[in-house]
Amino acid sequence: MTSKPAKISVQGVTKTFALGREAFTALDDVSIDIADHEFVTVVGPSGCGKSTLMNILAGLETPTSGRALVDGVPVSGPGPERGVIFQQYALFPWLTVRQNVEFGLRTTGVPKQERRARAEHFIELVGLEAFADALPKTLSGGMRQRCAIARAYSVDPSILLMDEPFGALDALTRVKLQEQLLRTWSRDRRTVLFITHDVDEAVFLANRVVVMAARPGRVYDVVEVDPAVVRDEAFRLSPEFAALRNRVWRSVYHQEGRTAALSGSRTDTPS
Amino acid sequence: MSVLDKRGAGPGHPLPGQSSDALDDTAPGGTGQGAGRTTRTRQRTGRRGLTLALNAVSVALGIAVWWLLASAGFKLPTPPEVVSRARTLIGDGTLGTDALASLTRVLIGFALGTAVAIPVGFLMGWYGILRGLIEPWIQFFRTIPPLAILPLAVVAMGIDETPKIFVIFLAAFLACVISTFQGVVSVDRTLINAARVLGAKDLTIFARVVVPASTPFILVGMRVGLGSAWATLVAAELIAAQEGLGYRMQNAQLYYDLPTIFVGLISIGILGLLMDRILLLAERRLTRWQERR
Ligand SMILES: Nc1ncnc2c1ncn2[C@@H]1O[C@H](COP(=O)(O)OP(=O)(O)O)[C@@H](O)[C@H]1O
Ligand SMILES: [Mg+2]
Repeated sequence: MTSKPAKISVQGVTKTFALGREAFTALDDVSIDIADHEFVTVVGPSGCGKSTLMNILAGLETPTSGRALVDGVPVSGPGPERGVIFQQYALFPWLTVRQNVEFGLRTTGVPKQERRARAEHFIELVGLEAFADALPKTLSGGMRQRCAIARAYSVDPSILLMDEPFGALDALTRVKLQEQLLRTWSRDRRTVLFITHDVDEAVFLANRVVVMAARPGRVYDVVEVDPAVVRDEAFRLSPEFAALRNRVWRSVYHQEGRTAALSGSRTDTPS
Repeated sequence: MSVLDKRGAGPGHPLPGQSSDALDDTAPGGTGQGAGRTTRTRQRTGRRGLTLALNAVSVALGIAVWWLLASAGFKLPTPPEVVSRARTLIGDGTLGTDALASLTRVLIGFALGTAVAIPVGFLMGWYGILRGLIEPWIQFFRTIPPLAILPLAVVAMGIDETPKIFVIFLAAFLACVISTFQGVVSVDRTLINAARVLGAKDLTIFARVVVPASTPFILVGMRVGLGSAWATLVAAELIAAQEGLGYRMQNAQLYYDLPTIFVGLISIGILGLLMDRILLLAERRLTRWQERR
C-alpha cells in the first residue's frame, strides 16, 4: 500500500463537537490510508465516530485538526468523485425512483436525453426497472437501498462512501445486496469505504477491516484479508472466515481488555 | 427551540401527515403495487360509502332535532321557514351579492396573507438572522386576536374595504407563516446532505429539497389560515359594510330576523367547507408522496 499513492488519506484527524460547555471528542487523531481500488470496511461500536469520519470524507463536516485528502487534494466540500450512501437511504420521498436517480445528473447539468439513458442503466443495474416510476414509500427497505445505490452510481464516482447501508435490512436481503455490491465492485473496482457495525459484513466484504473504538473515537485495530480470497458462500462458511471474524469480533467487543496490548504507541486515556 | 416551534405543534396546528380531519380516512394510503391493491381499493370504497351514508344520516338527524326544538317552542325558525327565506334572498339577489362580497374579502385577504407568509416563513427558516428579527413581531401579533386590531385598522385605514381585508390578511398570514417556518426548519438534514453530495448548491437545495419538503406544512398552514380568515370575516364586516353575509346577519339581528341569520350562518358554513375541501384536495394531490401511518 505504501508504494501506490493513497486514493484517500486521513491524516491525524481530530473532530470535537461542542457539547454544552464542554468539547466532545468524536474522533481522536485518526489516520487511515486507502489505496485506489481498495475495499475497506470500518467496524466499531455505535458512537465511535464512524459516521463523523465518513461525513468528513464526504465534505459535509470539517476536521477540527488534521487533514483529509482525496487524490492528494484536501477535501473542502462534497465532490462528484465521491458518491455517498447514507444510513437512512435519504431518498427524496417526493421523487420517483427514476427522478431520484436523475437528481445528481440534473445538478451536474447532464442533458436530458443522456440523463434518461444513464438513469435507466443504473436502475437496471440494481434491478429496479419495474419500479422506475414508483415513489419511495411504496418500496421495501432493500429496494430503497438499491435506489440509493443507483443514485450514487449515476454520477460515476471513483469513490463510494457507504454508511451502514445495509444496517436496517433483514439478513437475507442484506446478504443479497452484499453479493450484488461485490459483483459490481469486482467489475469497476471503485475505491470503497464501507461502514458497518456488523462484524460478519465487515469481514466478508473487505480487503482490510479497520476496527474503531469509542470515547474517544480512534482506530483500534486493522485486520488485513488475503487479497486472493474469492468472496462467495464457500468463503463465508470457511474456517479462514471464522478465524478472521473471531479476530475482528474480539477487537470490537473486548476493547477494554486488549487496549494496552494493541494500542502500542498510544495509551488509552480514560474519558 | 423557541416558543414558536412548540406552539405550532399545538392542537390548532395539526402536523402534516396526521389526520386533521374526521373525513381523512379516505386519504390515499399509498399506490401499492401488486395484488394488494385491488382489495385495498375496494375496501376503501366500501368504507367511504359507509362514511358518506353515516354523514347523510347525521345531517338528517340534526335537521330533525332542530325542527323538533323549533316546534317545541324554542326561539328558532323551522327549516321550511329558513328555506323559504333563502329562496327570497336568492330570488332578489341579496344572497348572491352578499356571498360574493364576503367571498371576495376572504379570498383577497387569504391570498395576500399566504402569498406574504410563504416567502417570509421560508426566509425565517433559512436565515437565522431574519428569524431573530421577524420572530418577536410574529409572536407579538399572535397574542392579539385579529379583531382587537380592528379599531386601529379603522382609524388608520378608514372604513372602506381596506381594514376588513387587512384583518383577514393578518389572520391568514399568522397561521400560515408559522407553519411554513416550521416546515423549513424541520426539513431532514440528511436530505439536504444527500442533495449536497449529488452536487446541489444552495439555490438548487432550496428549490428542489426545502420547498417540496415543506409543502405539507405549508398546506396545513393554509387550511388553518383559511379557517382564521372566515372566522375574522363576520367581525370585519362590522365596519360599516354595505353588503356581505356578516353584515346581513348583523342587520337581521336588529329586527330579530332569525331566518335570515340562519341563512347567513348556513351560507358561511357551506362556503367555508367548500373552500376547505378544495385545499384538502390540493393537499392530497401535492403530498401524495408522504408516508402515512
Ligand atoms: N453534530 C454533532 N454534534 C454533537 N455531537 C455529535 C455530532 N455528530 C456526532 N456527534 C457525537 O459524536 C459521536 C460519534 O458519532 P457518530 O460519528 O455518529 O458515531 P457512529 O456513526 O460510529 O455511531 C457520538 O457520540 C455522537 O453523539
Ligand atoms: Mg453512524
